[in-house]
This record gives sequence, structure tokens and C-alpha cells, in this order.
Amino acid sequence: MISGIIDKIQHMGASTLHSFRRLGWASIFLLQVIASGTGIFIRPGLLIKQLYSVGVQTLIIIVVAGLFVGMVMSLQSYYALVDFGAEDSVGVMVALSLLRELGPVVTALLFAGRAGSALTAEIGLMKATEQLSGMEMMAVNPMQRVIAPRFFAGVISMPLLATIFSAVGVLGGYLVAVELLGLDYGAFWSQSQAKVDLYLDLYNGIIKSIVFGVIVSWIAVFEGYDCIPTSEGLGQATTRTVVHGSLAILFMDFVLTALMFTK
Amino acid sequence: MDDILVKIRDLHFSRGHRKIFDGLSLDIPRQGITAIMGPSGSGKTTLLKLIGGQLQPDQGSIEVDGLNVHQLSTKKLFALRKRMGMLFQSGALLTDLTVFENVAYPLREHTKLNEAMIRQLVLLKLNAVGLRGAADLMPSELSGGMSRRVALARAISLDPMMIMYDEPFTGQDPISMGVLVSLISELNSALNICSVVVSHDVPETLSISDYAHIISDGKVVESGNPDVLKNSQSAWTHQFVHGEADGPVPFHYSAKPVLEEFFE
Repeated sequence: MISGIIDKIQHMGASTLHSFRRLGWASIFLLQVIASGTGIFIRPGLLIKQLYSVGVQTLIIIVVAGLFVGMVMSLQSYYALVDFGAEDSVGVMVALSLLRELGPVVTALLFAGRAGSALTAEIGLMKATEQLSGMEMMAVNPMQRVIAPRFFAGVISMPLLATIFSAVGVLGGYLVAVELLGLDYGAFWSQSQAKVDLYLDLYNGIIKSIVFGVIVSWIAVFEGYDCIPTSEGLGQATTRTVVHGSLAILFMDFVLTALMFTK
Repeated sequence: MDDILVKIRDLHFSRGHRKIFDGLSLDIPRQGITAIMGPSGSGKTTLLKLIGGQLQPDQGSIEVDGLNVHQLSTKKLFALRKRMGMLFQSGALLTDLTVFENVAYPLREHTKLNEAMIRQLVLLKLNAVGLRGAADLMPSELSGGMSRRVALARAISLDPMMIMYDEPFTGQDPISMGVLVSLISELNSALNICSVVVSHDVPETLSISDYAHIISDGKVVESGNPDVLKNSQSAWTHQFVHGEADGPVPFHYSAKPVLEEFFE
């Protein structure tokens, strides 16, 4: 019985060490990917192709999600504020919550699920079919040709997608508040304009989405590059991208919010 | 300019706890087809990866054309790799490019030739493997044998001094097998280069090889030209080359004697 407990403790220790070793390898990998970014200036076509498949193809899910999130926010805020007679502040509620929190975070979660898992699967499959190995043997650096364009495409797309999410969300909120619930058009927009600050809200939201973009893209390309090249290993890698990516986003959201918004 | 292209001396390599090479030494001549054969798991594919510099040995040296592969800088290693062609077991074609684009890939990456020139070269290479008409197909539309031939066309696109074939005959139907066997042989004599064929398909491989090494348990068991190996004095080599069911590698897994098992 004692040996069973000791085995469990040993196993816990071994897996903790393994996680730290993996984190270290992932950090070295990130530095290598960023260093390989110079290849993009030689071949910008690769980056543009990836921007299309990573950014543009995620656009539809972001727009639809943004619309519905904005509409729900508006509806819920109305019912919360109407008891205090503060229903004119619905516009402020919707705009601030989208720009500061929901925009970057929900976009990053959707991005991790759609684009992140696609990146992991693509790179993992290239590894499993020996395409990355084949490129190395043809004296082509797979970091420069395959990994770096995908990573930078993710980093560039995220803030753009988050901004579109927030914009569409505010529009959705406007539709519900003014058209559906009958609030005053002028009150909605003028209150938002007064209370939303360029530096505090908009820029902070963009900084958050850039940080989330780096984290999600990093996890996605690393899991793909490091996966076990079997069908089972690939499935585990894509699951890890979505799970670890989502948890990392939520954790960093807390850290960044604490840094940016506490007075 | 000496006769031996690849010199492997005292190679030691382990994967985790498993020792794959234990003091392996062999030579690969500059011209002709050299076969490296051995039972499954003897590390033949690993040997090709070590020669190409994708893996680092624990001990020992590998010299290709006078250069020690593992002491080269990344830039020099890439320059050396341009002179080596490698054919992977699965073909390893880039799945998002057409057959034409796949064969043109090394030319576009490493040369500054114009499009017209590249088109001529690609079509010539595809013609050499008999697939000039398939230039616009995607890799997913090709059969296994056809994708290996495209991969071969890609491997020769930069006119390398050496081509390494990783199990080229595995899982092929008789016609594709015949096509690949004759292609390897003809290309080698037409281009006058070194071909290294790693395989355990003994009859096909020995029919085209000029020289062969048999590897087992991390060392070279025997080397020589195909006739010498077929008439070898060693019982193990004889069993391996002729595909006999019983010999030094026994048919029966170790078990109790028959009388004891059946008549308790």
C-alpha cells in the first residue's frame, strides 16, 4: 500500500518535471520561430496565403458570434439596469464590456477552437507524412517556410478579428436596445462616446488581443510541430491546443486586467 | 577525388535505452548502387537520417565527400544536402502543390532560373520517370507507386551526386515494383551517381545492386557484391538472403520440449 502511494508521488513528480521540460522546449521553439520570421520578407506570399486561411476564414464565425454576444449583452444589461432607471446606460455597458473583455477573450477562444486546432492538425499531418523531414532534406528550412508564416498570420489576425467582433457586437447591441427595446438613439451613442476612453478601453483591448494572439498561435504551432506522428497523437495534440490555449487565455486575461484596470 | 563517397566509422547511436548502432563502420563507393539490408528494426532508415545530418550520433563519424556531416555549420550542411537527394518511404510530396510544383520546388528554392527554364527541366525530370502527362495532378490523386516516382523526379531535380532510397519497394504491386527497380537502375547508370538503397526486399535489391552491406544488431554482418552474399558461408547470411524459414533465427519461439507439453 505504501509502495502504491510512493509510486503515485513519483509519478506526479515525473509528470511535473516533464511539463516544465516541455515548457522550456516550447520557449526555445518560440524564439526560433520569431527568429525565422525574417524569411517572410523574402517570401511575403506565404504570409498572405496564411492570413487568408487563418484570418479571413475565421471571419464568419467571429461576425456571427459578435452579433449575438452584443445582442445578448444589450438585452441582459437592459433588464439589470431598468430597475435602477439607468436603462440609458445600456450602450455604455455593452461597449465597455465588449472592448475591454468580451471582444478579446471570446474572439481568442473562438480563434483557438477554429484556427488553432486547424493549424495544429495541418502541421501535425505534415510531420506525420514526413513532409517536414522531406523539406529539411531538400535544404529548405521548415521553420521559415511552414511554421513562421502561420505563427505571424495568427498574431496579425487576432487583434483585427477582436476589433471586428467588438464593432459588430456594439451594432448588435444597438439593434436590440434601440430597435427592439425602444431606447433613445441619441442616448445610446452619446453615452458610449462619452464613457469609452481611447487609451484605457480601446488600446488596452487591442493589447490584450495581441497577447492572446501570440499565446494561441504559439501553442497551436508548437503542439503541431511536437506531436506524436500517429493519428492518435494528432488527436491528442489538437485537443491540447484548444484546452491549453483556452486556459492560457483566461489566465492571461486575469493578469492583464489586473495590470491595466486596477487603480 | 577518392573512390569512396560516404565513410562511416565506429558509429554509435541509441534511441532512449535501445542501442541501435554499436560501432558500425562501412564505406559507400562514389559510383554504383549500394544496398543496405537487414531485418526490420535494424536501424536502416535511422542510418539514412544520420548520413543526411538529421540525427546526431552519440559517437563516431560520418564523412560525405570528405566533409564530416555533424561538424558542419547549418549553412554548409544545407549546401551539402542540396547535393543529396532522398526518397522517403511515403514519397513525402507536399500535398498542397501539384506534381509539377512539387518537382519544381527545389529548383525554385535553390536556383535563380527563369520560369521557362524551370518548366523545361521539370518536364524533363518527369519524363525520365514516365509521368510527364501527370504534371497537373495533385498528390492525393496519385497511386502509391506514382507518388514515389514523382518523389524520385523531385529528388533528381538538382542533379545530386547521391540519392538515398528508403524502402522503395515496400507495399508495391509487381508492375510498380518492376518500374521502380528499372528506374533506380537506369537513373543510376544514366546520371553516373551513387545510389544507396535501404531495403529488406532481397531479390529485387540484389538484382540491381553493385555492392551490399547486411546490418544486424547494430553492426555490419557481411558485405560484398550480390554473388558473394548469395554464396555466403555464414549460416545467418544464408538464411537472410534466401529467405529461409528456419536457421540461426529459429522458427519456433522458445518453448518446452514436445514430449513434456503433450504427454504430461
